[in-house]
Amino acid sequence: MYALTENLGRRVARGIDEFGYAALLLAESLYWLVAGALRGQPVRLRAVVTEMMRIGVAAIPIVAILAFANGVMMALQGVYTLKDFGAESQVIPGLALSITREFGALIVGIVVAGRSGSAIAARIGSMQMSQEIDALRVLGVNPVRYLVAPILLAMLVMVPALTILANLMALTGGGLLCVLKLHFSLATYWEAVIAYLEVSDVIQGLVKSLVFAVLIALVGCTNGFMARGGADGIGHSTTRSVVLCIAAIVIADMLFTLFLSR
Amino acid sequence: MGAAAIAGTRERLQPGQPVVEVQGLGARYGEVSVLEDVDLSIRAGEIHVIMGGSGSGKSTLLRHLLGLNRPAAGTVRLFGQDIGRLGERELLALRKRIGVSFQGGALFSSMTVEDNVAFPLREHTRLDENTIRIMSRMKLEVVNMAGFEDLLPNQLSGGMVKRAALARAIVMDPELLFFDEPSAGLDPVVSAELDELIIRLRDIMKITIVVVTHELESAFKIADRITVLDRGRILMTDTTEAVRATDQGRVQALLQRRPEAQQQDAEDYLQRLTR
Repeated sequence: MYALTENLGRRVARGIDEFGYAALLLAESLYWLVAGALRGQPVRLRAVVTEMMRIGVAAIPIVAILAFANGVMMALQGVYTLKDFGAESQVIPGLALSITREFGALIVGIVVAGRSGSAIAARIGSMQMSQEIDALRVLGVNPVRYLVAPILLAMLVMVPALTILANLMALTGGGLLCVLKLHFSLATYWEAVIAYLEVSDVIQGLVKSLVFAVLIALVGCTNGFMARGGADGIGHSTTRSVVLCIAAIVIADMLFTLFLSR
Repeated sequence: MGAAAIAGTRERLQPGQPVVEVQGLGARYGEVSVLEDVDLSIRAGEIHVIMGGSGSGKSTLLRHLLGLNRPAAGTVRLFGQDIGRLGERELLALRKRIGVSFQGGALFSSMTVEDNVAFPLREHTRLDENTIRIMSRMKLEVVNMAGFEDLLPNQLSGGMVKRAALARAIVMDPELLFFDEPSAGLDPVVSAELDELIIRLRDIMKITIVVVTHELESAFKIADRITVLDRGRILMTDTTEAVRATDQGRVQALLQRRPEAQQQDAEDYLQRLTR
């Protein structure tokens, strides 16, 4: 019993420790993004572009496929559910709203967490083990400016961009299913979608995606920097990074929806 | 004239002047004390070897000298500045005056050898690409690594990694160079080559060099003075001859690789096993 409480206490303390660490990382990265250039130590554009390619561009195919498939599934479920009420055409506002407000951002969040949340933790973790982070510091290069700030900026640009792509693909997927099942033209479908959607719906999804971007960057980097203990440690921190990223995204999404949909 | 031009405005150190001064340094990891009351003074122009077995605290001492760890007690001064009290900006200025070659090289694995060596120049100077290229190749030439510029670190042998790391460490023409375990994991011939290289660097570039090692042979070959570290304490600091001739039992035991006689209390032993 004693061991149990002690263990629990240690885990809570570690959790708070990591939370503080992540908050500091965020503050410091923002500082370098804004003030780095003034101090003659800018965040390198080349590093940001490299990260954007890794995080965003390389994720385009998988995001497109998953979003499309998801759109098809949602439309299918919607049509079957609404058929009992003879209200199949109401599937369109349902699709339009839930995709733009919710699922576009969520799909992208989960894909990016799985691809990049793990990769970031593994990369920084192995740099930590091979003393590359120490080398950066003694070479007078701040590791947060050099490693974290480009990742954060790239996330902030690419996750919303991918979300827009995911929205379009999911709506297309849903639309094609509607065309097949409900026999109206694709043009009619898009007109209806545009008529139902308001700018604020799309913005809600994009704001969420910005929050997801920050969460993935911070969780990935924190787990990387805190990795200890050889190959095993890197494996552990990589797994942990993905699990925590996805958990953080889903919980943040729920809180967001609770507050914004009142 | 030439040396002064490279060094710019910073004043050049006189030989014999202390470059590194450590006073009463203490360090602990959690409950375990790793360094206790360490005093150390390293003079300009010397090759100073910090020698000790594994677990003696020499890596921790090095991390403190580099400002990577904050001291739990005592002070570390580099070039007369207390590094525990420096702000980020002064620490940066200070770090441009030192070079470090880590145990495993710590080359950036995503960059070629040349990019690794050029990295400090790209980050800290406004030199054009051509000049940077020439300067990095010059340093690679110094460590006999010409012709390997385009290889990645994982394509290099152990000795080549150390030499490339050394080239990166000296590319900014530091006044003080730290070298962690130059001979670890190398065969005797390559290790001897590195020793020669270290001596040559001191002679050509007039750098003060601090070498942390557990290799006795290499330590006595290159050192002007040796500090013997054991279980977090300094046993002695003196010239190689004096260290060799000392009558301190523990130092002699280390030099002759005699394992420490375990004083075993039977009751204590049983208690430890059954606890």
